[in-house]
Amino acid sequence: MSNVAFQVMWNRLISVVEEQAQALVRTAFSTSVREAGDLSAGVYNADGLMLAQAVTGTPGHVNAMADAVAHFIRRIGRENIQEGDVYITNDPWEGTGHLHDITVVTPSFHNGHHVGFFACTAHVVDIGGRGFGADAASVYEEGIYIPIMKFADRGKVDETLIRLLRGNVREPDQLIGDIYALATCNEIGHRRLVEMMDEFGLGDIEGIGDFILENSRRATLERIAALPRETATGAMRIDGFDRPIDLKVKLEIVEDRIFCDFAGTSGLDKKGINVPMVYTKAYACYALKCAIAPEIPNNAASLAPFEVTAPVDSIVNAVHPAPVALRHIIGHMIPDTVYDALDKILPATVPAEGAGCLCNFQVSLRPAAGHQGRRSEVLTFNSGGAGARPTVDGLNATAFPSGVMTMPIEATEHTGPVIIWRKELRPDSGGAGQYRGGLGQYMEVGAATGHEFDFSAMFDRVHHPARGRQGGQDGAATTIAQDDGSAMQGKGKQFVPAGRRVMLALPGGAGYGPASARDPALVKRDLARGYISAKAARDDYGLSAEAVDAILAAVSRGETE
Amino acid sequence: MQQHIRMGVDIGGTFTDVVLEVGDMSYSTKVLTTYAAPENAIIDGMHQVCAKAGVTPPQIDQIIHGTTLATNALIERRGAKTALITTEGFRDVIEMRTESRFEQYDLNLQLPEPLLPRQHRFTLKERIDARGDVLVALDRADVEALADEIASYGFESIAVGLIHAYLNDSHERMIRAVLAEKLPDVMISLSSEVSPQMREYERFNTTVANAYIKPLMKSYLGRLKGRLTQEGAACPIFLMHSGGGIISLESAAEFPVRLVESGPAGGAVFAANIAARYGLNKVLSFDMGGTTAKICLINNQTPKTARVFEVARTYRFKKGSGMPISIPVIDMVEIGAGGGSLAHVDAMRQIRVGPESAGSEPGPACYGRGGARPAVTDADLTLGKLDPDHFAGGSIKLDAAAALQALGTLGAPLEMDAQMAAFGLAEVVDENMANAARVHAVENGEDLADYTMIAFGGAAPLHAGRLCEKLGIDRLLVPTGAGVGSAIGFLRAPFSFEATRSVYMKLSDFAPQVVKTLLAEMEAEATGFVRTCDAHAPIKAEYKVYMRYTGQGWEIPISLSAEQVQNPDAAEFLALFEADYTTLFGRTVAGMDVEITVWAVNATTEVAAVETIGATPGGKGAEAVNTRALFDPIKGASSAAAIVPRAGLSAGDWVAGPALITEDETTIVVPASRRAIARPDGTIDITEKRT
Repeated sequence: MSNVAFQVMWNRLISVVEEQAQALVRTAFSTSVREAGDLSAGVYNADGLMLAQAVTGTPGHVNAMADAVAHFIRRIGRENIQEGDVYITNDPWEGTGHLHDITVVTPSFHNGHHVGFFACTAHVVDIGGRGFGADAASVYEEGIYIPIMKFADRGKVDETLIRLLRGNVREPDQLIGDIYALATCNEIGHRRLVEMMDEFGLGDIEGIGDFILENSRRATLERIAALPRETATGAMRIDGFDRPIDLKVKLEIVEDRIFCDFAGTSGLDKKGINVPMVYTKAYACYALKCAIAPEIPNNAASLAPFEVTAPVDSIVNAVHPAPVALRHIIGHMIPDTVYDALDKILPATVPAEGAGCLCNFQVSLRPAAGHQGRRSEVLTFNSGGAGARPTVDGLNATAFPSGVMTMPIEATEHTGPVIIWRKELRPDSGGAGQYRGGLGQYMEVGAATGHEFDFSAMFDRVHHPARGRQGGQDGAATTIAQDDGSAMQGKGKQFVPAGRRVMLALPGGAGYGPASARDPALVKRDLARGYISAKAARDDYGLSAEAVDAILAAVSRGETE
Repeated sequence: MQQHIRMGVDIGGTFTDVVLEVGDMSYSTKVLTTYAAPENAIIDGMHQVCAKAGVTPPQIDQIIHGTTLATNALIERRGAKTALITTEGFRDVIEMRTESRFEQYDLNLQLPEPLLPRQHRFTLKERIDARGDVLVALDRADVEALADEIASYGFESIAVGLIHAYLNDSHERMIRAVLAEKLPDVMISLSSEVSPQMREYERFNTTVANAYIKPLMKSYLGRLKGRLTQEGAACPIFLMHSGGGIISLESAAEFPVRLVESGPAGGAVFAANIAARYGLNKVLSFDMGGTTAKICLINNQTPKTARVFEVARTYRFKKGSGMPISIPVIDMVEIGAGGGSLAHVDAMRQIRVGPESAGSEPGPACYGRGGARPAVTDADLTLGKLDPDHFAGGSIKLDAAAALQALGTLGAPLEMDAQMAAFGLAEVVDENMANAARVHAVENGEDLADYTMIAFGGAAPLHAGRLCEKLGIDRLLVPTGAGVGSAIGFLRAPFSFEATRSVYMKLSDFAPQVVKTLLAEMEAEATGFVRTCDAHAPIKAEYKVYMRYTGQGWEIPISLSAEQVQNPDAAEFLALFEADYTTLFGRTVAGMDVEITVWAVNATTEVAAVETIGATPGGKGAEAVNTRALFDPIKGASSAAAIVPRAGLSAGDWVAGPALITEDETTIVVPASRRAIARPDGTIDITEKRT
């Protein structure tokens, strides 16, 4: 087989998994999958090593799913793998970190021989239990558990499983619809793989697999070999549920790998913000890959040199039966922790700290006593500001490290009697610096007339805002309260009576480098646009009162910066 | 008898193509686009084709025009000084986008700037809810105060986009009334008119884009009309829109955002017309030029349409790096793969091609204008697809040695010689295009195996044969006039206008009277627009509803008959939906409610019946004037290919691959696996060899 043929086939496999992911978006029911892209899809060789993964998707799935297929092979047993089978799980520890992620694996057969696997994962809106939130005390309260098992045996779907699932969740049609969508997307990947094997006259995918893994391994090792062989530690303190959590990491770069160990990190929390190891590993790998080898595609070989460990029963290595539903909050903080260490080894490479975790909330609406109306569950994904980079400002209201999208508020308001009164940038929330942190955003959330609601908060950085780097200033903290001033907590389910609104100020990213070094033209631009106030222009950046007045006067004459 | 004379004009990035049809005869020319005053190239081209045809401008009955000017103004940010007025609390919708990163592994990623800076976006206290009811009434005094405040800013154009205005436009209309009174010289665009669809980011951005290019386009169209009249061509002028139909000059000036991508839309209409001529119901059109390739699905001789697309991608043509425009549009994928696309070797020792392009200056290495990096054209030359002495009709002499040197540099790290590197480069670019076509087909639930490809554009005939092999497509057609395909397409397009509404309705809450009224209103609106173009022609309305299971995010379009629109029935709508859903995805989902999200009525004049192609007479094996070594990608080695000039082929003449059918503008590569036959209309028809 020629080198050119292998090059073409590698491209083809990446295209195959992208098709697989698009099929999932098209047929999925949960908003988290089809609006926000909380999914992933990949192809594996017969040993369960991942060869290619769709670009569509989010890092928590992307890297976690790399390990999942090996668990399926072990649990199902090689001798039981048959053509037409479809396997399923939502095991947080052998899948992707919480019960809300369903992983489906399909073995691929060609001319009667088992040649590989397709796998995909999607976040479903409801899996039963207490509902999506931080409030459970153990994983048993978080929903129904599906051990690794056959969803379909030689093409025949397990109806008992379907009935059990239907009986245990709030939105049975959506869940079953999503499981079928996952199975369909693997089937589409499988068909394309078989077409490719026929076109190139392949009996198996071992040759192309070895080519992909060998080239990826070599490229990744070249990158690592070029790094300084150093060790550094990083730490970050964040809010937690009701007590602060310390994240600690030690990075060690050796000739052919990077060790990343979380010893010293806080222990388990009582509430559902604990993180299974696979998810910790996913975000630690993601952070390192972005900084060191961004363009090398994800596969078993390109991920292998990143060895991530953490003490059992630390909050980043929670084992069964710890509650883990909101594992994303702390998981999304892992890259900033890793970057605290990496910055000491590779200066001028990584960003300052950002908002970190997505600023999500779920609203459970119902008619207030004595009113007519409807009940509804509404989930939204929102973002604070990202950290400033060594040579550019942080991104305003943009998710990092998560890869998901927000939902349009017009679409959200169609799903239930919720009113989003405000969703716009939050001036002065980006940490000052030579490069400014990204702005967070304001949101105001209420219900339609005659409705009250429970507000399930999933926020951090209320007490621990993003920290600046190299002299940059901190980003603004999260604030949350009702419009009459009643205090609210950053996490957990809280009641909001009819007529009240929840007022949110989502956090900003931190600055990079001293504010005094910022290009005055950028300070003036920020003032003209209203990213910063006149006060911040003067106090943080030292712009003269005359200059401030001149800019504001120019704005009111309609002049562009 | 008086012959009907029509002129099609396509302004592209490099060339302005002009085609004049006098009865059955067609005359065309290409002149360089004159950026400063684009109408000059049109006038120049018009005189050229008139001279060729022996007619004068006053004899022209109709001019159909398409242009990239609107697209370029958005890409190059050359629009007017524009403001946005929106709902309090939503000043930053066009800046916050989807709050995501389109490239997840780039720590230094930059998102494109919004079209308007924040200080040119203003808010008013008002609110409409998701049912279209007024939650907070708009106070006219507030609007007047805002109008007074911004009066001195010097805005030429104002976009108005309010939350849920697609359901209730009363507040947007009040704002227009006040602005028209207070700022009579400022052009106004309302989101409820430009793009009345749910999803605030797409709707606001589309409205802002419309407002941003409106002064420019209005002025250009006015000048064009004036110049043409001066030159004697006082006939009506119509514009091609992105949805593949034609609208009046006045509508185009009001909604210039609908002109974005009108050129490629003309190409798709051109391909659809060829499809009709050959009676083909499943066609993949493939248009490859100097910097990009465009791929479009054409089913039942109608190009696939969509309701949103992305313009001005800033990052390697990557999805998400541009800005969404939600208007009716011919749905196509565009990727950075053209004759000028440059290649390099990345960290994984993989050859990568495009989207960076050598353009025309310096051009590919073989142009000998100082380009040192290997481009697709260098590979095509080295593999024997091009004749160095007869490129572009002999006007550019290609330097084979320079191509070999550039390719040698590419191959060095891979231990490949220049020939193998050329093979690798060509395979990668062909694979990129094949992948784009496959993903596009999957997104539309189609399998390409039973499709026919129609190829046009300068570089397409060099690559189309290999693409067909990769996609498992049996038949490839290369029509005549492929170099000016878009301009010909303009002359084949009907007058049409699509009205759309976002109104949610579950089949469990189906209200027949509401449905009937809504569709009737939309039909009146769409027909009204078309009537301004043609006062007498019969106008046909096509009705579509977009349906999905409640809870899904992707709708599928369902066509309705006039009868179904007159007597709407929920059970019938459900049956139509379930039938189409099963075709696309294999099975329905039992027990789920189904909802309608978008309604569309397209009013269109009848297209002249296409004459189907007659039987091809028996011909002879074409005589080769020479042979050239052509690389065979399946064998991995070169073999002698017959060189056959296209001009010498009569209907029925055939040639077996490997062969090269040459003409001034391009060369058609017939792979070893295929044979080609000339059809009576001059089309080259290439199919797999049968054993």
